[in-house]
This record gives sequence, structure tokens and C-alpha cells, in this order.
Amino acid sequence: MLKNDGIITPEELTPVLPPLARLEKGPVAIIECLQDIPCDPCVSACPTKAIKMKEGITDKPLLDFDACTGCGLCIPKCPGLAIFVINMKHTVGMATVSMSHELLPVPEKGQEVTALDRAGKVVGKVKVVRVINPPAYDRTAVVTVEVPADQVNNIRAIRV
Amino acid sequence: MTSLRIEKHPVLNFPERKTVKFYFEGKEYQGFEGEPIAAALHAAGIKTLRHSPQKNRARGFFCAIGRCSSCIMEVDGQINTMTCITPLKEGMQVKMQKGHGHIKP
Amino acid sequence: MSRNTEVFVIGGGPAGLSAAHVAAKLGAKTLLVDDSARVGGQLIKQTHRFFGSSNRDAGIRGITIADKLQQDIEEVADRLTVLENTAAVGFYHNKEAGILSQNAYERVTYQAAIVCTGATENSLTFENNDLPGIYGAGGVQTLMNVHGIKPGQKILMVGSGNIGLIVSYQLIQAGVEVVGLVEGMPTIGGYLVHASKIRRLGVPIHTSHTILKALGTESVEGAVLCRVDEKFQPVPNTEFEIKCDCICLAVGLTPLIDLFQQAQCRMVHVGELGGLVPLHDSSMRTTNPDIFVAGDASGIEEATTAILAGRIAGARAYETIHGKSADADAIVAEAREELRTLRSGSTGERIRWGRERVLKEAGEC
Repeated sequence: MLKNDGIITPEELTPVLPPLARLEKGPVAIIECLQDIPCDPCVSACPTKAIKMKEGITDKPLLDFDACTGCGLCIPKCPGLAIFVINMKHTVGMATVSMSHELLPVPEKGQEVTALDRAGKVVGKVKVVRVINPPAYDRTAVVTVEVPADQVNNIRAIRV
Repeated sequence: MTSLRIEKHPVLNFPERKTVKFYFEGKEYQGFEGEPIAAALHAAGIKTLRHSPQKNRARGFFCAIGRCSSCIMEVDGQINTMTCITPLKEGMQVKMQKGHGHIKP
Repeated sequence: MSRNTEVFVIGGGPAGLSAAHVAAKLGAKTLLVDDSARVGGQLIKQTHRFFGSSNRDAGIRGITIADKLQQDIEEVADRLTVLENTAAVGFYHNKEAGILSQNAYERVTYQAAIVCTGATENSLTFENNDLPGIYGAGGVQTLMNVHGIKPGQKILMVGSGNIGLIVSYQLIQAGVEVVGLVEGMPTIGGYLVHASKIRRLGVPIHTSHTILKALGTESVEGAVLCRVDEKFQPVPNTEFEIKCDCICLAVGLTPLIDLFQQAQCRMVHVGELGGLVPLHDSSMRTTNPDIFVAGDASGIEEATTAILAGRIAGARAYETIHGKSADADAIVAEAREELRTLRSGSTGERIRWGRERVLKEAGEC
């Protein structure tokens, strides 16, 4: 359970997962922020205003999956590093996961890295397909890795 | 022993500093000019800075901001020097303080 | 030797810097003292992005907020004097205080004082808790983020509040292996997104556990942990050893309130705020009408709330001297609304309760 060990269970994750129909359309954000903490940078980060907090900054962020284009601009803005973008339309059988990376070394495109799940357990080796680390991201790189489609909601960290 | 100095950091940039020689218990060490003496010792793997006067328990630094007095040492003859906030200078003689130390008249 | 000022701010962390900036900007002659070599308080060690509202520094790294506050005070340098390496050592009667810098002692006469002395770290009782290699979270952050030195190669973190969780992540960023995090309660104390960050990097979080002893003679070589029951008593036969060369204690903070007690301000004990705090109203004024409080000294919270409370205190201190001001009122109203928003929601419940208790005691609600 998340509050006992910091690991989100599949049941706890369900509310923030888009329906299959949306996943089949392309990249979409998964905001793994399940607590009402006072925080709202994700709202202003989204260029299509897809993230909403109705009651105010302590509301849990609510993502309109259809308004989300999966651009990933929200990823480096989240102080909790809790936002991921997944793309189920990468290639047959393979998907991608984009995540924040604030450790050294920052991997390079094409590099093979170790994929970890939410418990820090090794899932396997994956390939880095994209690294974005511009000055505007203020030292939070966004790394995209290619993963087996059935691991797309399991892989949430990398070891370079 | 792998160095405890952070060479590269994902968020911070540590400035270039001048390397200086100093002496701990008569043995030569190197550190950066201006960094706290206790930090230079720590980077060199020295964690025990003295022993408590009554029960002879090992003492190192603790608060790192000059409040707790755990890190006091004899520096260039001066006892009770708080090494966590005293900047390192070339040629400094740093010694473990024996007991309460001795104040020179 | 003596100095004269209108607003005297003690402590140059986020609360003190904000209070001094507001008071000086409104037009008060202001003096700020801080006993460190550099102002910024704990912000200068915070490499992570802050939470809160995007209108007020959310998403910005603590170290960047420190730079911003530094720029703010430079902008009012004609009315604000800052003395670093200078400690306020006590209050006299007749609105006088004593300050000590290097080896010079001076008196300061003021019309309103804002005391932002922050907090001290709590300790934990366990066998061998005095070994070199056992540090508070502040000491670890100073070594790592200010001096660029790892506190050790393998560290055990004690405490799962936001500080324990955040510092664990900072340690990983510095290249230190965090061998585990120990928490006495059955649930994680800090924000769960912070916990997830370290959990997915492989840091085990041992809730309902405590540290029984540290191992080693000249410095830390390991620790013995065990499970605890609902009454926080060690459960027999659950001890296990963990190898580490460093133990970080992140077990809470206690407000630093000596100056208030010396000035004979009425104190109140509020557990949710970390212990004894000076009784104060919503203008941050204590029972001594010339002394205000802001930041962790008023109750343990965060840098963002310290900044807002500092702004309120700075505005009201200015008004104490120069009379009512529409600008000051606007600053106070804006800050109060932001504080209300930050403290709403379930994660703000304890703080709200603690803050309300103080105001009730002060006759305000």
C-alpha cells in the first residue's frame, strides 16, 4: 500500500490510468500523484490546459485524457517527479515510458539501461530512445525508454 | 578508499578551489583553501576528531554549523577551535584536543 | 557601541529575509542579523523543487529561492543593513537588544523586532548514538550540498517525514547508497510522492521499525534495527543488522525560542507545531507588543509558509512604527489568503489544528 511502503498498488493506480481506447490513440500522461498536497505547477505547465484542480491547489490533479497530447512538458515541472508519459503506439509489442531523471550519469540516446519497477526491483534492460535536457528544464532531464508493452505501467525508474 | 568528495552533481556546481597542504597529528594532508577544516578531514576519511574527556568516547563533527562543539580541535596551537566553521589555510597544524585542552596563559 | 534602527530582524532565513524586505520596501529603516556567514537559512542546502503555488515559487529549487530572496534584499539596500556572522544574544528592557559579531559587542535600539530564529533538530536515544558518523539531516545537507562532500558511502536514514524522504533522495543524487529508511509509525510521514521517488530507486522503507543501536567504536560501522508494535515497543526476536558507515537522524524539529522567553513573551506548548512557541496573533505579534515572530520559531512548517508569515510580520512591524498603511494591509491580506490555501487539504490538518490552537489562545477565534 502506498502509505505503508511508498509503492502504488494496481488498485490505487486505476483512477489515473486512461481507458484502453485513449491508450490506443498515442502518448498520454500518467500523473501518479494520489495525495491532496498543496502543489500546482503541473496545471500551468500544460499547454492544452488538460490538468485541472477544481477545488484549489490541494486538490489531486485531474487529467482530461482526451485533451492531453502526451507532449510531456509537465514531466520536468512536477516537484514530486510523479508524472510519466506512456506511448502504446510505439511499435508492435513495444511501448515507451518517459520519466524525469535527476541523477548522474544522464544516459544518451541508444544507450541500454536497467529498468526498475516501483519497488526498485530490476525488470530488465531497456533502450533509451530519447533524452531531453535543455536549460529550460532546470536540470531535470526527461528520458524516454522503449519497453515491452506489458511493462508500460510497471517500469518507473532507470539505473544508468 | 574511494574519495568522499563529490566530483560531479546533477544539480549543484561546486566551484574550483585552490588545493592546500595541512597537517593532522603531524601527518600531511591536502584540502581546499577556505573549506571547513572538519570537511577537509572528513574528505580524507578522518571521522574521529577527538575523544570525550571523561569516558574517552570518539567524537566527530555533528551539526556542521558551529553549534554543538563536537568538532573542537587544537588548530595552530589554539584549543576549542570549532573545525566545522573554521576555514582551512595553507600549512595549518591540526591536532586532536586532549581532554579539555590547555589554555596557554 | 550602539546602533539605532526601526525594525530589527533576527535571523536571515526565508522568514527573516522576507520580513526585512517587506519592512524596508514599505519604508522602515531595517537591520537584519544572522549568525551564519551567509544568509538564506536552510534554503541554501535545498536542491529540490518546492511545492506550493506556481504564483509563489512552486517548482523552483530551494537554492534558487535563496538567490531570489538575496536579490530582493539587495534591492532595498539603502534602507536595510544586513550583518552576517552576527548573533542576537539577548533583549534588554526599553527596546534594546545585544548583538555579538566576531569579537565586538553592540547594543541595538529598535522600535519593533521580528524574531525568526528557526528551529533545532531533535535527537534520538539509542545505544551508541554519540558515534562519529551519526548526523542530523541539517549536518548531512551542509556537508553534501554546501561543502560538496559525501557524509559516507552507505547511509541509514531514520525518519520518514518530508526531511527524511527528501534528504534520502539528495543523498542518492550525491552518489551515496541509502541502505534503508526507518520509521516508527506504521505509515510514511511525508508526502507519498517523495516516498515513491526513493522506493523506485531501490531504497527499502521499514515502517513500524526503530533503531536499537549503532555499531562501531571509533565511527559507525552498522546499525541494529527491530520491529515495533502499536505502542512503539520493540518486538522481541525481530532484530536485524544493517551495514552502513553513516546514520542520518531526521526525527523532527523543535522551535528555537530562547529569545522570546528572555523577553518574557507568553509561551504555549503545541505538539503539532513542534513544542513551545511564543503565543502570537494572526499579525504574528507576540504578547510583547514590539516583538513579532515568523518562520519555524512560530511553529514547524515550511519555507513557503515562513516567507508568507515573514511578509505579514514585516508589514505589521512597519505599521507599528509608521501607522496604518494600505500597502501593508494589502501585503497581509494576500499572504493570509495564500497561507490559508497552502494549509487546506488533508495533509495540512495537523498544522491547521496547531495554528488554530495558538490563535484561540491569543483570543482570536
